[in-house]
Amino acid sequence: MNASAQPLGLDLQAVTDPVSNIVLARAPGRGWLLAFVASIVLTALLGSGIWVLLVRGVGIWGIDIPVAWGFAIADYVWWIGIGMAGTFISAALYLTRQSWRSSLNRYAEAMTVFAVSVSGLFPILHLGRPWFFYWLAPYPNRMALWPQWRSSLLWDFFAITAYLSVSILYFYVGLLPDLATLRDRARTRGSQVFYGLLALGWRGEARHWRRFETLSLILAGLAVPLVFSVHSMVALDFSEGLLPGWHTTLFPPFFVAGALFSGFAMALVLGIPLRRYYGLTDFITEAHLDKLARMLLAVGLVVDYSYVTEVFFAFYGGDRYEIALTLNRLGGAYSWIFWTTILCNVIAIQLLWLRRVRANHIALFSIAIVVVIGMWFERFMLIVTSLYRSFLPSSFGMFYPTLWDLGFLVGSIGLFLLLFLLFARLLPVVSMFELRKAVGSRSRSS
Amino acid sequence: MSGAAEYGSLAEFASVEALRAAVGGLRKRGYTRLEAYTPFPVEGLAQAIATSRDWTAVAMLIGGLVGGVGTLALQYYSAAINYPIDVGGRPDASWPAFIPAAAEMTILFAALAGVVSMLIGNGLPRLHHPLFELDRFSKASRDGLLLVVRADDPHYDGEAVRRDLSELDATHIETVPS
Repeated sequence: MNASAQPLGLDLQAVTDPVSNIVLARAPGRGWLLAFVASIVLTALLGSGIWVLLVRGVGIWGIDIPVAWGFAIADYVWWIGIGMAGTFISAALYLTRQSWRSSLNRYAEAMTVFAVSVSGLFPILHLGRPWFFYWLAPYPNRMALWPQWRSSLLWDFFAITAYLSVSILYFYVGLLPDLATLRDRARTRGSQVFYGLLALGWRGEARHWRRFETLSLILAGLAVPLVFSVHSMVALDFSEGLLPGWHTTLFPPFFVAGALFSGFAMALVLGIPLRRYYGLTDFITEAHLDKLARMLLAVGLVVDYSYVTEVFFAFYGGDRYEIALTLNRLGGAYSWIFWTTILCNVIAIQLLWLRRVRANHIALFSIAIVVVIGMWFERFMLIVTSLYRSFLPSSFGMFYPTLWDLGFLVGSIGLFLLLFLLFARLLPVVSMFELRKAVGSRSRSS
Repeated sequence: MSGAAEYGSLAEFASVEALRAAVGGLRKRGYTRLEAYTPFPVEGLAQAIATSRDWTAVAMLIGGLVGGVGTLALQYYSAAINYPIDVGGRPDASWPAFIPAAAEMTILFAALAGVVSMLIGNGLPRLHHPLFELDRFSKASRDGLLLVVRADDPHYDGEAVRRDLSELDATHIETVPS
């Protein structure tokens, strides 16, 4: 390489080498191993829970009539919501040419793929006979069986299927150039073969890049309406029902906002330790965390507005059952859940107005954890408070979770962590080629 | 000189401008089988090399239409022809209720078609390539801007090509065995 090549070449190395070295050269480290073991234990808990569920049925959970949707559906809605921010960061911010997203989109997309995968387990396990879940799909069969196309549950099945598949495709296609980098920089035979196979022979030829760029752009354009539709479909599972508290047109946008809110919180929960543990401070900078915190506050305010709107319309609409439900939420048996939600999702995030809090990583991490927890409580509140007292006093009844309910929740967190830890170990956590592109376009303009 | 033993000649350039200039220079000299390898997408480089079409967008449009119209047709066939059920007097062909599944499948099929067409268009997956034999080629995914003149180019003559490449400010030139 001659002297005039040094600046560009060195700049390109400076963004490629630290990220690929995390995967290729760095030992896992004690922190990673501890987290890995813990997540395996929790995943084993989920696995044994699933085994017991298949043998004994959904009766191992606390669900009953009238509260037939308990933890499982709350977990499902919670996890799928967490996935949304990943798609939003990588697709919507790509379309609006927010170049700062390049440091965040890889791990955010991984978060989406894993959160959606984990969430998809719950509705299937909740079916009662999970081994027949494929009956939801329209396929030729000898039972003359077709799915019910008018049901929002079927729409949801299609939405999750499309969302999971498109998220995986989007994630994998975006990884191809980086997998090629790992293949070319790998030193051991095993890793050369591993990354070589995954990279599919990617070479970065000009025409490769051209098709790649077209595909990325259109996929991003498709992913944005997809993710909005998915969370609307999740909301329609509820609002197509006639129950007070569910039967409202507010739900689709409310769920989209809630999903973004929990997703940005999870992006901070994962991003802050990731950045610290791997020393990625040059890539995920203070400015990135600040932007995520601002986004968290902004979508949090939309969620808070929805809470106010829900209460307002219950009284403004004048429907006695809606009013009764709202009073029940604020003061009934589950009111502590409602007020915990308010504490986490309304009050705690107001601290993010302060620049000092946004700049303090421990505070930011804690607030994000609080929001993630608050969003779980919100999902639980929406589901259970509508079911436990609907129309007739004869069908009132409480929900009491069992240990298995908690086990599935904790176990699903373990599975998510396990997948994320493997991702952080085996794949580049920052998109190297996008950073190189930023370097390349800077060198051209100078 | 026979091109059978060679895949082509590889040159490295120091900057994106030099690479672009080299592509232009080689095109002017009549070479057509060029390949440029860069560690990041360079806008317009593919168009400068060859007037090939990029079918990705078209494939995605077709995929989306097949997915969307196909799902609508499937729902119509299932609900109105093959197994009509009267649910509370609603029409068999409940078009508004058919839209959500069709919309999701539009996006899924468009994405699948896009990925498949990108891979086919790029000749992937591919387990091996002559360029992978070169140590220098690993720079293409890290910090190097590489240009290859393929030996199957009608104008290809190893010595002349390498002379042309050095006239175009290549910082390094080598032969790629096939």
